[in-house]
Amino acid sequence: MVSRRDWIIGSAGALGGAVLTGMPDAATSQGAPAVPAVPVDPTKVPGGPTSARGERSPFETPSRAPTGEITGNSLTPLEKLTGQITPSDLHFERHHAGIPVIDPSTHALLIHGLVDRPMRLSMDDIRRFPQVTRVHFVECAGNGRAAFRAPKPDLTPQKVSGMISNTEWTGVPLATVFREVGVRPEATWFLAEGGDACLMTRSVPMEKALDDALLVWAQNGEPLRPAQGYPLRLLLPGWEGNINVKWLRRLELGTAPWMTRWETSKYTDPLPNGTARRFSFEQDAKSIITTPAHPERLSSRGWRPISGLAWSGRGRIQRVEVSTDGGTTWHEAELMGPSLPKATVRFQYMWNWEGQASRLLSRATDETGYVQPTRSALIAARGIGTDYHFNQIVGCDVATDGAVTFFGES
Amino acid sequence: MRTHGWSLVLLAGLVACNGASDGVSAAAGGAVVRFADRDPGTVPGGPGAGKGYAIGREATPTEIASWDTDVAPDGATLPAGQGTAAEGAVLYKAQCQACHGAKGEGMAPAFPALIGRPKEAEGFVFAKDPKLVRTIGNYWSHATTLFDYIKRAMPLTAPGSLTDDQVYALTAYLLAANEVIAPTATLDAQALRAVKMPYTDRFVPDDRRGGPDVR
Repeated sequence: MVSRRDWIIGSAGALGGAVLTGMPDAATSQGAPAVPAVPVDPTKVPGGPTSARGERSPFETPSRAPTGEITGNSLTPLEKLTGQITPSDLHFERHHAGIPVIDPSTHALLIHGLVDRPMRLSMDDIRRFPQVTRVHFVECAGNGRAAFRAPKPDLTPQKVSGMISNTEWTGVPLATVFREVGVRPEATWFLAEGGDACLMTRSVPMEKALDDALLVWAQNGEPLRPAQGYPLRLLLPGWEGNINVKWLRRLELGTAPWMTRWETSKYTDPLPNGTARRFSFEQDAKSIITTPAHPERLSSRGWRPISGLAWSGRGRIQRVEVSTDGGTTWHEAELMGPSLPKATVRFQYMWNWEGQASRLLSRATDETGYVQPTRSALIAARGIGTDYHFNQIVGCDVATDGAVTFFGES
Repeated sequence: MRTHGWSLVLLAGLVACNGASDGVSAAAGGAVVRFADRDPGTVPGGPGAGKGYAIGREATPTEIASWDTDVAPDGATLPAGQGTAAEGAVLYKAQCQACHGAKGEGMAPAFPALIGRPKEAEGFVFAKDPKLVRTIGNYWSHATTLFDYIKRAMPLTAPGSLTDDQVYALTAYLLAANEVIAPTATLDAQALRAVKMPYTDRFVPDDRRGGPDVR
């Protein structure tokens, strides 16, 4: 008797990945994950064979819940993840003219403008420079907008803050490549251009290139995923997602910013005094509890970790505090693993739930001494019309019956 | 001969720029090395101090010219050609209206509003109400951005398909519809360079610096 589970695993070996890859998506889109037939005792029947490529357990079906538009987004399901690294296929997406198909054998990076020697680098060329590997987050500047504008009880961590992902990137420091082309001293800005259908362009101050900017081609041990810029992207650690230009094809060095659409009409921050911040690159310190979180329901009383992620675009997270009483008292949480600069760090605080209604909150502090603010503090500084860089304190309400709902100040 | 002197310039810049984040991360971690300081001489097995890797080849002027279409606020790279607002109005109907609406009202969230100068949104008061719609006329800081963006990215379904004359015409139409230039205007490189957007002076540098202040 061939069970459905056996069939899935067997056909993966026989037919390659195509059938298997198609299945979880098809199942998810129909709203019912494929449930495998489980032997009464898995220790009494032989298991499945090896396969060309591993897949998730059919019991696990994390989804980015894409909007499905070429100008849309898809969000990382934070509540389904543990540790600090975002699996590559769950890295959030935000595209402005779709995901281009690019052949790495013909892709090239042009570097020109205020340089001694304008150069064309193939992907093979770029991989011949000395490499570095760094863990950094990428977060969309608009991450958290829904929870800031209209906090609702049924918001999940994915919907609240799913435009943050954390990755081990490999590439070459931009400074190494700029040294190679001979940057002229008068160059103070450079333009980065992507090879997608909107030729995404952003202006970047030269200091960033000389600090920690990277040209990356690998993500978590393998080439970039197409949605993250395959075959090459600019990585500006700690800076708003949009400026980490994907499908990078051109760098032009100059003496002033270009004032592209993406740094004037968008990604600027109106202020109450009738001005707007421009080139507001850094993502300030922020945290979110990913468990307990809606739609989870606490099935039993007793000890459990309150766990989540914290990050800062200005360096390391120094501490995360957790409150279980709506912010009246705060407790130091444990930072799990190293707190790397401009990377997410997971935190946990052990909590003994005795069935009482509770409001759980988290609050991050980074190494500059910046403390994650309340929503009202952000509004006082920027006005309620502020449209990017939402890093207000959020959390959840746990009801006496164990139901968990999102809480955000309104 | 390549120039490596720029790393010295940078050291000066290091002190001047954004001292908060750089200074602090170095102080707290001690291990974060700015890549600018990563001379080939410090890489094991590398070519030695001050030397290059000689990787890649020189880009040809043709290669650069074929990709280098960007237009900055000085308008120095604006191409030849011209277009009127009236011509742009016809083009708008054919090329833009389906997504951006007959009156440039847009279709949220994917297709932004382009046209409109409602009284309540004048004066750059966007911080007080998220519902105030930002348009080219009441928000955009540079007219050259319109030309640059339309030419590189629009229309969404056929980017790069418009001629320079058409891009001038659409730019003229959108600026006229936003009451920035006269409805009878013709735009060419010189005329576009001269356009000053109503709120261009309202944009300020980022004053957030980390530390205890919420800004």
